[in-house]
Amino acid sequence: MSDGDTVGENKTPENGAPDQGNTTSDNAGPVTSTIDEIPMGGLPGPGRSGSAAPAEDGAKLTGLPDRPEAEEHPPLTSTTGLSNNKMGMWLFLGSECLLFGGLISTYMLYRGRHSGGLGPDQIYDIPFTSVSSFVLLMSSLTMVLAVSAAQRKDDRNTTVWLVTTALLGATFVGGQAYEFTSFYREGLGYTTSLFSSSFYTLTGFHGVHVSLGIVMLLALAMMLRSERVSGDRAETVELIGLYWHFVDIVWIVIFTLVYLIPA
Amino acid sequence: MSTDTSTESGGPASDHGGPTTTGGHGPTDHQATGAAGHEEHHGLSDLQYVQVAAILAVITGLEVSLTYIDIGAVFLPALLVLMVIKFFTVVLYFMHLKFDNRIFTVLFYMGLFLAVFVYVVALFTFQFFSS
Repeated sequence: MSDGDTVGENKTPENGAPDQGNTTSDNAGPVTSTIDEIPMGGLPGPGRSGSAAPAEDGAKLTGLPDRPEAEEHPPLTSTTGLSNNKMGMWLFLGSECLLFGGLISTYMLYRGRHSGGLGPDQIYDIPFTSVSSFVLLMSSLTMVLAVSAAQRKDDRNTTVWLVTTALLGATFVGGQAYEFTSFYREGLGYTTSLFSSSFYTLTGFHGVHVSLGIVMLLALAMMLRSERVSGDRAETVELIGLYWHFVDIVWIVIFTLVYLIPA
Repeated sequence: MSTDTSTESGGPASDHGGPTTTGGHGPTDHQATGAAGHEEHHGLSDLQYVQVAAILAVITGLEVSLTYIDIGAVFLPALLVLMVIKFFTVVLYFMHLKFDNRIFTVLFYMGLFLAVFVYVVALFTFQFFSS
């Protein structure tokens, strides 16, 4: 089954559905074709009339691949013709903006609430955090190179760049752990003040996101090596790349608003 | 039907490359271009990605150096502008939003602008009540 089979090829007449495409013939797009594929009686199934090859048609409509050729099939697509997985990832990232927006604005609200104790101006180590930021920024470069290699079907370089990205991410998380430890030793605990609570919550949430990204990168690298990635490999790499870049852009905002702008 | 409106108005599928092609896939969604693979790779070359990263590194250096220089009232706006440039450079080039289907842009910016709007309003509200 080719890519076109999924949504567009089998237009109306033989299925008995009305040819709605004619009403908008100038701009007959992917969606019109998809809906026109569905016969009036519903989805075809085994033993039902009106379809020459019921099982094949069912696969077309559901998007489920036929087993023997599963590796060669494109990702499941929505009625827009776009990948469901990719659309879901973008929607997820959009919702993550709300999560980090809440955490960042909470920090902005409470960063001055430290009752004369340790505050942002006394405790932040800008040169150290700048190096961490640089490391995370460079991990975005290695990630995009991994995506680029995956799109060229270059599995070896994809794996190399994925592992490099994970290592850079681990360096960032290590730096954050060191920073937290040194802050704690200086007397800034999680419950010391509203400032410290909001700071640790914000940067801690970000650190957890980076850590999850590292796990995903390493898992993907191992799956690529053992050829266990089903479906579209390039898209899988790209989806994890999108998540990783999102973690990077969140840090771009945190670095400026939390570290560089004085309270 | 909603699907028709997207094509009539030159919607996402036709925004970047004219009418839809075989299979009805948006031509710019390079992941959905089909089993033929990814020959149709929209984006930058590896060298261009390195150049973008170098620009981002320079901007980061500029940001950090600004904190050590007294530039007066320009400090805060300058930092915010540099932050926004970095943010959208990563989103547009590294995340391929510039080259991808417009639906993804809508999905992401919807969440982003909603977050910015809600929390800016919330912060102003707190500021109002605290003063």
